[in-house]
Amino acid sequence: MIYVFFGIIIVAIVLAMIRLILGPTTPDRVVALDTLTTISTALLVLLGLFFERFIYIDVALIYAVLGFVGVLTVARYFEGGL
Amino acid sequence: METVLNIIGYTLTSVGVVFLFFGALGILRMPDVYNRMQAGTKATTLGAFGTILGVGFINPEWFFKTAIIAAFILISNPISSHALARGSHKIGIKLWQKKDIDHYARAEATLQEQEGDGE
Repeated sequence: MIYVFFGIIIVAIVLAMIRLILGPTTPDRVVALDTLTTISTALLVLLGLFFERFIYIDVALIYAVLGFVGVLTVARYFEGGL
Repeated sequence: METVLNIIGYTLTSVGVVFLFFGALGILRMPDVYNRMQAGTKATTLGAFGTILGVGFINPEWFFKTAIIAAFILISNPISSHALARGSHKIGIKLWQKKDIDHYARAEATLQEQEGDGE
């Protein structure tokens, strides 16, 4: 069952990566990156379930926080605040 | 008891993973930045919420921390997409050609008029 989850998530990551590479403007790429961050957080939690390791949950939490801060920084840069 | 928790957890995780896939599909297929943002944020938020809470149900000792991650994603994702939409409107990314209503630009014009009257 969990292998099916991994397969679907890998397809989703590939789709978002295509937009990350193609994206005509910079905000397109940043939106794709934001989506990739969220998908990766879910993937990390699933990996924690798969390997029976609690440490992956902590990594997922930190990854979510860092991705949020990164996207906010880029948005602030677009507005001219940085 | 454990079987019931497993069934709930796997159902939640399946729904979440499917929503993650649809979010990524929307990122690829939607026509402009704002539509992509809507697909990529709403669907992905629900997907990650379902997946992470589902793992918490499957493995009940982890429930507290997974609930924290899910709540954080539920709060932070709308904030970041709002800031990003504001920023990309400000640097002049055009709306899709079939859209002719731009409420944000209209609201900003009204605000500037009011400020002009005040002076």
